[in-house]
Amino acid sequence: MDMRRPPRTVSDPKVRQVGFVTPSVAPPTRSLSDAPTTVAAAAAALSASSPPSGEISLPGSSLSPVMIPPPRHASSDGRPSAPVAVPNPASSLRRDSLRIRVGSYNASEVVLGTPPSASPSSRTDYTASEFSEEAMSPWHGRSGTAKVASSFPGSSSEMIVMKTGVVGGGGAGSTPKSPLTTASVVKTLPGISEKEREVLMGTQNDGAGASKTLKEKTTKAERRALQEAQRAAKAAAKEAGAGVKPSAASGSAVAANTKQGKVVKPPPQKKDGPQIAPPSGTSEKKVVDRPPEKDRKKDVPAPRMQFDDKHRVEKAKRRAVVNQFEAKNRVELFRHLPQYIHGTQLPDLEGKFFQLDPMHPSVYKVGLQYLSGKISGGNARCIAMLLAFREAIRDYSTPPEKALVRDLTAKISSFVSFLIECRPLSISMGNAIKFLKNRIAKLPDAMSESEAKSSLQSDIDRFISEKIVIADKVIIRHAVTKIRDGDVLLTYGLSSVVEMILVYAHEVGKQFRVVIVDSRPKLEGQVLLHRLVAKGLNCTYTHINAISYIMHEVTRVFLGAASVLSNGTVYSRVGTACVAMVANAFRVPVLICCEAYKFHERVQLDSICSNELGDPDAISKVSGRKDLNHLDNWADNENLQLLNLSYDATPSDYVSMIITDYGMLPPSSVPVIVREYRRENLWI
Amino acid sequence: MWGRSASFLLDKRLRDQRPSLSSPSSSSPDSTMDPNPNPNHGVSAYYQTRAEHHAIVSSDWLAQAQAAVDGEGDTALMERPHASVAVSLSASKPFSVIDEFNYWRKKPDLAEAVAAIMALAAVIRSCEATTMMELEIELKKASDTLKSWDTTSISLSAGCDLFMRYVTRTSAVEYEDFHAAKLRLIERGEKFGEISMKARRTIAMLGQDFIFDGCTILVHGFSRVVLEVLKLAASNRKLFRIFCTEGRPDKTGLRLSKELAALGVPVKLLIDSAVAYAMDEVDMVFVGADGVVESGGIINMMGTYQTALVAHSMNKPVYVAAESYKFARLYPLDQKDLEPALHPIDFGVPIPSGVEVETSARDYTPPQYLTLLFTDLGVLTPSVVSDELIQLYL
Repeated sequence: MDMRRPPRTVSDPKVRQVGFVTPSVAPPTRSLSDAPTTVAAAAAALSASSPPSGEISLPGSSLSPVMIPPPRHASSDGRPSAPVAVPNPASSLRRDSLRIRVGSYNASEVVLGTPPSASPSSRTDYTASEFSEEAMSPWHGRSGTAKVASSFPGSSSEMIVMKTGVVGGGGAGSTPKSPLTTASVVKTLPGISEKEREVLMGTQNDGAGASKTLKEKTTKAERRALQEAQRAAKAAAKEAGAGVKPSAASGSAVAANTKQGKVVKPPPQKKDGPQIAPPSGTSEKKVVDRPPEKDRKKDVPAPRMQFDDKHRVEKAKRRAVVNQFEAKNRVELFRHLPQYIHGTQLPDLEGKFFQLDPMHPSVYKVGLQYLSGKISGGNARCIAMLLAFREAIRDYSTPPEKALVRDLTAKISSFVSFLIECRPLSISMGNAIKFLKNRIAKLPDAMSESEAKSSLQSDIDRFISEKIVIADKVIIRHAVTKIRDGDVLLTYGLSSVVEMILVYAHEVGKQFRVVIVDSRPKLEGQVLLHRLVAKGLNCTYTHINAISYIMHEVTRVFLGAASVLSNGTVYSRVGTACVAMVANAFRVPVLICCEAYKFHERVQLDSICSNELGDPDAISKVSGRKDLNHLDNWADNENLQLLNLSYDATPSDYVSMIITDYGMLPPSSVPVIVREYRRENLWI
Repeated sequence: MWGRSASFLLDKRLRDQRPSLSSPSSSSPDSTMDPNPNPNHGVSAYYQTRAEHHAIVSSDWLAQAQAAVDGEGDTALMERPHASVAVSLSASKPFSVIDEFNYWRKKPDLAEAVAAIMALAAVIRSCEATTMMELEIELKKASDTLKSWDTTSISLSAGCDLFMRYVTRTSAVEYEDFHAAKLRLIERGEKFGEISMKARRTIAMLGQDFIFDGCTILVHGFSRVVLEVLKLAASNRKLFRIFCTEGRPDKTGLRLSKELAALGVPVKLLIDSAVAYAMDEVDMVFVGADGVVESGGIINMMGTYQTALVAHSMNKPVYVAAESYKFARLYPLDQKDLEPALHPIDFGVPIPSGVEVETSARDYTPPQYLTLLFTDLGVLTPSVVSDELIQLYL
């Protein structure tokens, strides 16, 4: 029955692998994501550690994206000065990250003179220059420019350190002997004393910070500490006896330590990791882990820029073109997202046009349109961006002594980072950028510049027409089959595809009624209402407050989507989840209309990790109601935070069907499409 | 939910419209070739065929079935050329898919879809086309004819579509020699027919593992696949008990219980409304399927949905046995989203005037109420159906 997958016929029919099948590669682990497990140890270590120097106090550098940001006292003023932190006992996370740097990065920072940036996990961010992978991370894209301009004095050396950090951290993910695993071991052992934990922490940190330059820089005291630690480990191993293999590296050392009880306490500021981690472990790690590390860097999306990480925000700000002022009083849970006071940057940016020489005017124009909100909606933004890039490519000429493939990629990267500064990318744009970069990378060497340029331009045209325009037509064709005479269709907000579906169904002569549900502050539904009524459709307009009332009479819900993620979660305009849930409760089928190029392999479980924050003023002010002025000076009140989210995630349980250019699918089939057609989608 | 009254009216309107809609479409292909007198009026052709096949069991039927089971592939394939020769000899009239189809359909053990597949394979063989394109067009025409013969049968149209995909999506197009290409197509067609014929046995092998000693199985409707599974389990000396629903209106449960009793399996008959009452004792629910749709749900005899709902609410697994040629690219959103297959109901007493009777013969069971599907592709969760269909059609 199958022609696509010949090997399957050979395999046992009972056992079939469905979904993503990763060939023997361990699941991507973010190098320090298990950092919180070592919190207790860190707390203990802190008291014994050397007094915090200036760089140590930089908070939160190794936060993983889902963590709850540290309390406001340090960052509420919005000024990213680095206060000398008296570590707050309540914020264990920060202490943890702090502790890690004590172990691993003191030396490197002294030696290399790089600005003290972060722990390895956040540094990986800079290597992954393919930020389209990370569509929603706004600052991330600066890496491209940073590389090109090399304006950053320490950037290259930083890269080196970071790389070693990645080696250590990455290795930790897969090999059981590597130091990071010990951290988790620590957590699992119940009876271990604090000091032992500290030792373990030391090994962990040293492993992560291991670099050749560090080896020679050990001081006498450190060497002694090291020797003592080694001796202790050896003794522990002996005591553990035959039961534990001595070569089992730090893992076994941990086990042994627990038995031995008190160990000699090494000074916590030792910087010479490689030796303290048992030699077999380190060497093995270096040899074995290099090749997979390369792959992993490609596979694992770099952690998103976390905007509660003040240091990195500051750094990114220095490079930023667009001067945006961060909004005050941000909501705790969403502090990792960028938020700006809107409307301040536009004149400023306009004035800057002549300083930004590499920016193509068409890209500049699109950026400004994003900023002002003139272009919105997934497809519109994507098309505008692609057309701007097309123009930029047309006007592009390779500078002397540079290769088109590399230079143009860098150029596109700088464009993209500019666009990101104007507004965070949508997933559709991220996919389109990935496509474009792939096309550039795949250009044959022999091709002349003009040929390459025209081929790229036609590729962009093809992407727009095939993946967006024709895809929409196919979706419309499918969706109309689900509209029957007498139906009452509900839609939320403004989706270009849904609008086309409704108009087409009307043209075909179906008899139906439309309920347009809208919400403040954007009131996009009014645009849709205006257009549909002009076409002669029978419409009802209401706000989302009335959704449970109006749902009684509805027979189908049609919704658009900004993206569909591979667990079937629909990422769309905020309010969509609410509509879908109410519809599900009323047993009304929910149909999501989304082009397949917007599918993304990421999995998202909530709307918190990745989202976009809008202007808080938009929800505090009601146009036409001057009397509603209770929130006028809300920013002055410390205890008041306004949240204007732009997107939300609808769980797949509430979705009956996803209509794409590949037909009508259940949400469980999204990964199939991503798996089977992703390459095709991006490379055409 | 008073708002629903609109759709209630809509149903009525649809029902009124249907005859006028369906008659032109069914007569249009070619009325000379259409042996099916009334494809849509009153009773669905699909259920007519089933009724013919599933009439009260006679000894000769059993013998015939036995013969078919024993030598399924071989005899069928041996007989087949003979049949087409007979067709072409008996009248010098042009080859007709429908005749061929009817010939295969008469075999009681063959599913309708398999008959269609065999008929289509015969089309390739007897085709006088000289180019690939011509052949494909001819094949397409034949499959359309078959599909329009009975628009209510999901497996028939799905089988035709799958055959088209399977046969035409080969490298045969690259053959320079048309005859070589045609031979290849014939080969593939026959292979597909063979796979379809063996499907039931494969499913029985896979499905019987799920039957454990001492279990009680509730079966709704008469499905040859389910019967095959149960037969195999019984012949493997598994000890189990069957609850059969009555299966109104055509009493399919009676027939199933008869067959099972003959195998020595303890059977208890329930009326259809006793499903919830008996569900406490039941360990698993077994049903067949008229069609498996893209969501992973199934379309099956009326009552499957409620059985599955009851089973789901009592946390009993619901297993579906269905051949892969029943996988259809349909996606019903609710019960009304189906092409209705009508089946007259005999209530035994005259129906009072002015009372409407729901004559739809099947319902749609959404995937969340199904546990596993036993198919010849393996034991699948409902969500894999869409995976398979995507593999196949896109």
